[in-house]
Amino acid sequence: MDATVRELSYAQAIQEAMALAMDADERVFLMGEDIGVYGGAFQVTGDLVERFGPERVMDTPISELGGAGVAVGAALTGMRPIFEFQFSDFATLAMEQIVNQAAKMRYMLGGEVSVPVVMRFPAGSGTGAAAQHSQSLEAWLGHVPGLKVIQPATPHDAKGMLLAAVADPDPVMIFEHKLLYKMKGPVPEGHYTVPIGKAEMRREGRDLTIVATSIMVHKALEAAAKLEGEGIDIEVIDLRSIRPMDKDTVIASVKKTSRLLCVYEAVKTLGVGAEVSAMIAESEAFDYLDAPIVRLGGAETPIPYNPELEKASVPQVPDIVAAARDLVRGRR
Amino acid sequence: MPVEVILPKVDMDMATGKISRWFVEEGASVRQGDVLFEIETDKAAMEIDAPASGVIRNITGKEGVDIPVGSPVAWIYAEGEPASALPGPSAREGVDQARQQEAAAAPEAAEETGSALPTVRPVASDESSKLRATPLARRIAREMGLDLATLSGSGPHGRVVKADVEAALAGGGAGEGKAAAAAGAAPPRPMSDEAVLKLFAEGSYELVPHDNMRKTIARRLVEAKSTIPHFYLTVDCELDALLALRAELNAAAPVRKTETGEEPAYRISVNDMIIKALALALQAVPEANVSWTEEAMVRHRHADVGVAVSIPGGLITPIVRRAEEKSLSAISNEMKDLAARARNRKLKPEEYQGGTTAVSNLGMFGVKDFAAVINPPHATILAVGAGEPRAVVKDGAVKVATVMSVTLSTDHRAVDGALGAELLAAFKKLVENPLAMLV
Repeated sequence: MDATVRELSYAQAIQEAMALAMDADERVFLMGEDIGVYGGAFQVTGDLVERFGPERVMDTPISELGGAGVAVGAALTGMRPIFEFQFSDFATLAMEQIVNQAAKMRYMLGGEVSVPVVMRFPAGSGTGAAAQHSQSLEAWLGHVPGLKVIQPATPHDAKGMLLAAVADPDPVMIFEHKLLYKMKGPVPEGHYTVPIGKAEMRREGRDLTIVATSIMVHKALEAAAKLEGEGIDIEVIDLRSIRPMDKDTVIASVKKTSRLLCVYEAVKTLGVGAEVSAMIAESEAFDYLDAPIVRLGGAETPIPYNPELEKASVPQVPDIVAAARDLVRGRR
Repeated sequence: MPVEVILPKVDMDMATGKISRWFVEEGASVRQGDVLFEIETDKAAMEIDAPASGVIRNITGKEGVDIPVGSPVAWIYAEGEPASALPGPSAREGVDQARQQEAAAAPEAAEETGSALPTVRPVASDESSKLRATPLARRIAREMGLDLATLSGSGPHGRVVKADVEAALAGGGAGEGKAAAAAGAAPPRPMSDEAVLKLFAEGSYELVPHDNMRKTIARRLVEAKSTIPHFYLTVDCELDALLALRAELNAAAPVRKTETGEEPAYRISVNDMIIKALALALQAVPEANVSWTEEAMVRHRHADVGVAVSIPGGLITPIVRRAEEKSLSAISNEMKDLAARARNRKLKPEEYQGGTTAVSNLGMFGVKDFAAVINPPHATILAVGAGEPRAVVKDGAVKVATVMSVTLSTDHRAVDGALGAELLAAFKKLVENPLAMLV
């Protein structure tokens, strides 16, 4: 391995990105509930308060709306705040600041101002945290022009996309799957960025395109490896960014494979997969489809507390294997 | 919402089916699993069960009429579900059924208020006339000037997919006439991998990827069998004299000392003698010791005899060069060495490439007679069956003799029937008079 590339966890990669950003630019600071001495609900900020002090690693009261308002206001005055939510579910409490203020300000003031705020949302199920702490609400924010919404799936991308977000003049919403925090992967030292709005081909194949987001990228890759033994060759695209969305990469892939399966953890109906599916149906790739487009998403239910039901409520590897096999074998 | 009853695909090649008889009448109550109707195919009659419980209505599938696979032939309504309107495509695509019922029940009210949103009542349509095809299948068909209506789809509900169009373009499928015209004289293609796998249930098989030997065998045999005009000649040879000579020769083998002790200097097999006999026969009939090329006949000076050796995962044909010049013991020892190295996959290419003919012997498995595929560039291959006691007629009396049937496969481009027969007669004469092999 290259000397400058280490194995870091997803959480460590984010922490390193935040430290680098703060080192490089004194306008960058962190806000969030219990991110100081406690180190954050998922220990992502860790001991940064010791390095940068409580003025730059700032604990906020238990008010997401208040915290988001301060962050948006600070960004308007030229600061570069990174605001952490304890759970992405609490974005609902801060919708006014995110949707009506942060996303609209630049447009409504004729480009006189911008809102370079970054918000981080620990998202997703699998931790036994029940219905109010396990949702995947990225599509809610993805629906709002003026925001950028990303879902890095690897430690490498978590760091590179956070640094791209800090440098971005507009509000960037980062959805981080909680089960990814401990996942390790190669992360280069120093500053680098991963562009927002560019999907990544994780695996090339000829029989089927799977477009996946966040943790589903890993499940899709696992499914693809299993199906390789059956002679099914799957292409896996990590969407990474849902607004803006990298249409070209998906269109080119579907034109090659003629089949599309969208896999995402959020509730299936009206989700990211619905958007990808419709985008393909409207595109030049339509004439290349040799099977219906299929979506695998979360069940139409609040995330259950019971661990077995919790697992059953979001797509798992066997679900992806079965759906992919049916598509390629002409059973759908 | 009513459940569609379709004409299912019950046979691989089935594009249409005939309902031979209905067991239920319009308006009858059926339970899921009840037999609804019987289909006749080329091979069998099959009873089709109800996919749901309810009341059967709109039986559109007439008895004795060819119906495309996947077409709806009736609908099953829930008990009490109104059947005022035939379910059209909009109903099946999920338009809110309750709203349709509301609109159907109170159309006047809607018209009176004027402010109500317009509602569209589903229109009855002939489902069977609707063609189902994927966008890709449609595009390829459009570009190739192929009429999709001439195809039968292999997808769910009879949907035409790319593979169906490609099969039609390659000359197969239901639309053979038009498709072949569009595509010109394309060679026939084997079934796609997908088409093969679709015939077997998931989990009922495992996939073993091909190694290079398997791929080479497949490629060369397809090439040989589809480009060489084979014909076959069979003859019976009496073996008793040859077996007796073999026993004598082996008994007379000098003993030589090796690291593992003493062993005979050779141990000749029947197959070794067949190699020698075929080599000498080719010398006697040199016109048959040839290879075909487009420009000229290649007449070989020596008989290089390939011998098919079965090895794990396939077979290989090492060659005994100039077999006509070699003694039986030399051929025997060379074969043992070649076969051992073949099994270890240690042969050099020059040891199995080329040759002027070949021997394939399945006698040790008790096979009486078979025909082998010529291994280019050879013009012949000799398939050897088991030597076994058989009744033969000699001088008007039935006697028992050890008889072996051999079949010569011949490339008709290079060797005609009479020439092949001459070669086979020379071979038989040597086998039945084996002392001639010693001089």
